[in-house]
Amino acid sequence: MSIDKFNTIESSAVPLPIENVDTDQIIPARFLKATTRDGFGQNLFRDWRYDKQDQPKSDFVLNQEKYSGTILVAGKNFGSGSSREHAAWAIFDYGFKVVVSSFFADIFKNNALNNGLLPVQISEAFLDKIFEAIELDANTKIKVDLQNQEIKLMASGEKESFDINPYKKECMLNGYDDIDYLMSIREKIENFEQNLV
Amino acid sequence: MAGKTLFDKIWDAHVVDEIEGGPSVLYIDKHLIHEVTSPQAFAGIEKRGARVLRPEKTVATPDHNVPTIDQHLAIKDQLSRFQVNKLTENCEKHGITLYGLGHPFQGIVHVIGPELGITQPGMTMVCGDSHTSTHGAFGSVAFGIGTSEVEMVLATQCILQPKPKKMRINVEGELTKGVTAKDIILYIISKITASGGTGYFIEYAGSAIRSLSMEGRMTICNMSIESGARGGLIAPDQTTFDYIKGKAFAPKGADFDEAVERWKKLHSDAGAKFDLELTYDAADIEPMITYGTNPGMGAKINGHIPRESEIEKSNLATFKKSMEYMGFSAGDEIIGKAVDYVFVGSCTNGRIEDLREVAEFVKGRKKAENVTAWIVPGSRQVEKQAIEEGITEVLEAAGFKLRQPGCSACLAMNDDKIPEGKLAVSTSNRNFEGRQGPGAKTMLASPLTAAAVAVTGKIVDPRTLL
Repeated sequence: MSIDKFNTIESSAVPLPIENVDTDQIIPARFLKATTRDGFGQNLFRDWRYDKQDQPKSDFVLNQEKYSGTILVAGKNFGSGSSREHAAWAIFDYGFKVVVSSFFADIFKNNALNNGLLPVQISEAFLDKIFEAIELDANTKIKVDLQNQEIKLMASGEKESFDINPYKKECMLNGYDDIDYLMSIREKIENFEQNLV
Repeated sequence: MAGKTLFDKIWDAHVVDEIEGGPSVLYIDKHLIHEVTSPQAFAGIEKRGARVLRPEKTVATPDHNVPTIDQHLAIKDQLSRFQVNKLTENCEKHGITLYGLGHPFQGIVHVIGPELGITQPGMTMVCGDSHTSTHGAFGSVAFGIGTSEVEMVLATQCILQPKPKKMRINVEGELTKGVTAKDIILYIISKITASGGTGYFIEYAGSAIRSLSMEGRMTICNMSIESGARGGLIAPDQTTFDYIKGKAFAPKGADFDEAVERWKKLHSDAGAKFDLELTYDAADIEPMITYGTNPGMGAKINGHIPRESEIEKSNLATFKKSMEYMGFSAGDEIIGKAVDYVFVGSCTNGRIEDLREVAEFVKGRKKAENVTAWIVPGSRQVEKQAIEEGITEVLEAAGFKLRQPGCSACLAMNDDKIPEGKLAVSTSNRNFEGRQGPGAKTMLASPLTAAAVAVTGKIVDPRTLL
């Protein structure tokens, strides 16, 4: 099995300038009753996106036509709280390929990487620049180049590099899957087990 | 050679392999699963044509999605029923031990692990639930994982994981009257913030931590994730060994003595290096409560909500959004706010000591009329013990009713939802927007504070009623 290969994406972005977006906001617990990975996108940010009558709230970014694209840009400490991988599934299923923030919660970051959703962690200053650029022009293009670990505002040419674990980068570029890797070293695992107390 | 931290001792002993520039392949001693985050993992291994490599190292129980009344009947909610049945089906197919609804060992996964003696010092433990950090109270490396990682562990008993940094938090001195483990951890998170622990594994140490019972230690480790830390742990000591002795799956006889000798080596060496070390004075800690929408937004219960001038400029927008959701104003006094619901339960505070504390407080008192109170034991064993100790009678005399075990209103996946706009004081772990039901408002506090609120109907400093 494999995840989608990722290389370079150039797209407009959806801004979510809110800090500490927790996974309960990304996908509320009452939508976790499914037993498959599909369809979580329709409930992404459910309680921010829809009112009590299930009508779209016009002030929420996903309901504003001017914003589109495969890049979600969010405030710091994105994905905190519950370990639910459904949060990463929901974002990916909705159509995002990249989440940009100045800080990610650990479990969310792992979950995203395991599903071909690239978390791009940048400085506060560059995050502010991106928010400003989107505010100025909702269609402004952002380029995310995984091979060169670089994120660039196409209009101004301003750019910043981002970190990613080299192993995870290889996985993302090639669509490799951790489980295939772990299954391939079964002998090592069994040898290790011989020495367990 | 420099001394090793407790965390390093356990982690290093479980590294099967290192990937250059990448994560470690970490061997997992015990894997806990529940109905919500496992079905896609089982579907994954089946799709690969793989099997569960070590079914005897995984234990399952339904907890997140189960009703807390009439558990003997079929679950009414169709999706919940299907998910719980799927867990049963997957466990049967793959030879995994399941403590299903009605089984005397069923309960919240992080409550049953310790009470059955499954959780032991020196182990690596994972579960598709962020509060797996609870088990660190025994001196184990325990952390929450996503469903892809659940699939890794099922298929290979290993997980790929980057090694976190290490933090030590010392709490020194004696706790004052009315201050509990929950207050310690809410205090710590209010200091380091909801993201201050991200990238770290925390060791809790110091005389105030050592003075806690195992259940108090579990409450502390449980909420490590609320600071962003993947996990927290406490060096095992005589309190730990005494707790484990005699538990259903604990080593017995000579095996137990041998295990204790091994466990005694599990502590950070003198001179062990931490990436960050913080020390707090236990005497500075008072009963705490949260006023906002992340667990870092906590304050002394007899204090006030911060004024805008006290909030860092970069956090002001988040703070205002949070106040708007809660219906509070900056600078408000916390004491005296009218409360609609009280929830005592969850993997943070749903154990027997928590119920005892509530019962002791409400004995001879009555629940306030404006409050709806849900008291949910963490497991069938806790429920049984509460009945045997007469706790249920005390609660009933005071106007409370004990429900049946499960995660319940902590995350409101079942019918136990706090209604929209209502204010709840909860002994659980998260005060996120809508966590306890769409539009519900949550203030996190200790079981003692929750009990005091339940009888007065408003936020009150429990020390004034002791």
